[in-house]
Amino acid sequence: MSAIKNTVESLRETFRPDQVWPFLAPTNTKVNVDKEVILYVEDVNLSFDGFKALNHLNLYINDGELRCLIGANGAGKTTLMDVITGKTQCDSGSVFFGQNHNLLNKGEAEIAQLGIGRKFQKPTVFEEQTVFDNLELSLKTDKGVLPTLISRLTSTQIDRIDDVLNIIGLAGHRFLLAGALSHGQKQWLEIGMLLVSDPRLLLIDEPVAGMTAQETERTAELLTSLAGERTVIVVEHDMEFVRSIARTVTVLHQGSVLAEGTMDQIQNNQDVIEVYLGEESQEDESQGANS
Amino acid sequence: MSSIIQYFSAGRQSGKHTMPFVIILLTVTALACVSNLYLPADSALHVSTYSITLLGKYLCYALLALAVDIIWGYCGILSLGHGAFFALGGYAMGMYLMRQIGDRGAYGNPDLPDFMVFLGWKELPWFWHGMDQFWFAMLMAVLIPGLLAFVFGWLAFRSRVTGVYLSIMTQALTYALLLAFFRNEMGFGGNNGLTDFKDILGFSLQSDTTRVSLFALTALVLAVVFVVSHKILSSRFGKVVLAIRDAESRARFIGYRTDRYKVWLFVFSAVIAGIAGALYVPQVGIINPGEFSPINSIEMVIWVAVGGRGTLIGAIIGALLVNYAKTRFTAILPEAWLFALGGLFVLVTLYLPKGIVGLYTQLLSKRQPPATKESEA
Repeated sequence: MSAIKNTVESLRETFRPDQVWPFLAPTNTKVNVDKEVILYVEDVNLSFDGFKALNHLNLYINDGELRCLIGANGAGKTTLMDVITGKTQCDSGSVFFGQNHNLLNKGEAEIAQLGIGRKFQKPTVFEEQTVFDNLELSLKTDKGVLPTLISRLTSTQIDRIDDVLNIIGLAGHRFLLAGALSHGQKQWLEIGMLLVSDPRLLLIDEPVAGMTAQETERTAELLTSLAGERTVIVVEHDMEFVRSIARTVTVLHQGSVLAEGTMDQIQNNQDVIEVYLGEESQEDESQGANS
Repeated sequence: MSSIIQYFSAGRQSGKHTMPFVIILLTVTALACVSNLYLPADSALHVSTYSITLLGKYLCYALLALAVDIIWGYCGILSLGHGAFFALGGYAMGMYLMRQIGDRGAYGNPDLPDFMVFLGWKELPWFWHGMDQFWFAMLMAVLIPGLLAFVFGWLAFRSRVTGVYLSIMTQALTYALLLAFFRNEMGFGGNNGLTDFKDILGFSLQSDTTRVSLFALTALVLAVVFVVSHKILSSRFGKVVLAIRDAESRARFIGYRTDRYKVWLFVFSAVIAGIAGALYVPQVGIINPGEFSPINSIEMVIWVAVGGRGTLIGAIIGALLVNYAKTRFTAILPEAWLFALGGLFVLVTLYLPKGIVGLYTQLLSKRQPPATKESEA
């Protein structure tokens, strides 16, 4: 008797009218940021052949924040970005985008479609195609095979590309092959490719490497103007640049968070001075001694 | 002269050279057909049926080169096994032609092809059923290569096998099929393959009209495939394909599932190769496991390299030129051909990385430097 009851009960549960089966539920639901946190990185561990690249790392990024990540080489900055964007699988821990998107069971393309854009350390653009085509490819569109085959540019999309071309200062080079751009311009094009895709969260790895002082300044302006509407995480070695844009700085050391706070707090933090800024001043001293 | 240079310098995305090429191809084909059928055999302008068949064969190779170029030149996937898809398409056509022989074979069996009677088989294997229907055989000629490419591509590209490893796998694929088709038990005629074809759709394969029609059909198919490929590759899909070739991880990080793009492009390429094989077999009159041989697949890559990869016209020019050279060369010095081919490959790789089409573009830009600069800006 109870067996029948159980069966009926489970049937009822299966066909509940107020619920949708998981495989039918729309997966591309909006990012839930009710708690004002857009990225949850909790207790993430990752080791390469015994080397602990990420060690019980916890990090929370608020929606609309501009966060700088700093740390010595091997502190795990780029590895963390790899984990967030799905390039590398972590050993344990959890990474959530908003409250409802578990990033650990998604691939790179799926994560990008959710609205997480990434700029690489070394600028990577499609060198054999024009600046315009590079931006066209990055537009926020349906990226399936068939839709891409039959899609045509709409006038709104062309306007969007034109806007971004103006923002990144490449409007005069739209039909130039991307491979012919200078290093700094490639960096800008890559940032433009992120912008045109209208992302919620931007992960930017060393944006000002190889840029002139003037270009660096403009990049700083651009990044600060993005924050608020979008969330931006910047990894950068250039301390001057970090100081000019940062509101909150997170220091990574040996795969975990060492300190978090404003630039002033960080600079006066004893631990940080010891492991990171200390190294730098030592380097300065040794350089001074050499010269 | 400069107009010829301009014509050949067709860039990979410029659409204005597609129509001239199609017009030239179809005009030459029409002229050759007319001169074969209506001019007397002793006329100076008469094109012999032998030449017509030879030209038809070249056009099949051009179609095959197009297939290799689509996957290698545009997506950077070096397939050294495209001969497999070509041969599978050829076998589908061969099976249809075998069934058409009927009771005119040496053993006079109305159902079984000669080699099966010879092996003492009593009934037709299951996979030979339906092959007496032309539409079904043609469906198989595109479906079997397409399906094989889909399964192979799905497995390889999903596990992110790229570069040399992928090339070796495709080479292994075609070699495995070579060994399999050599076996008599496979039911494909073993070592001898399928041959002694009599007619296609009721028309004798020996008659001039049939041969000319097959040649004209091949040219038409080449033109259609050329235009369709051009359209596909200049769509946004084509831009994604180029993006995958140049920076695959970047393409992935802006949201494209690159493995799916690669799989479908691979399938498209394999289907073209299958069609080329199906057109090839009735013109040369035989299909045997030799078509699966890895050397064939490598030769195809050389055609594309010589013509200029990454340009559809380059692939066609390369296939036509190298095969014409092969015909002439093997008539004079048969044993030296492979050395010549190898030497050609080395030369092209060292001095002409963009092939003949690239050379023309280079000459053009040297001749008119200001014009090209303007067009680039």
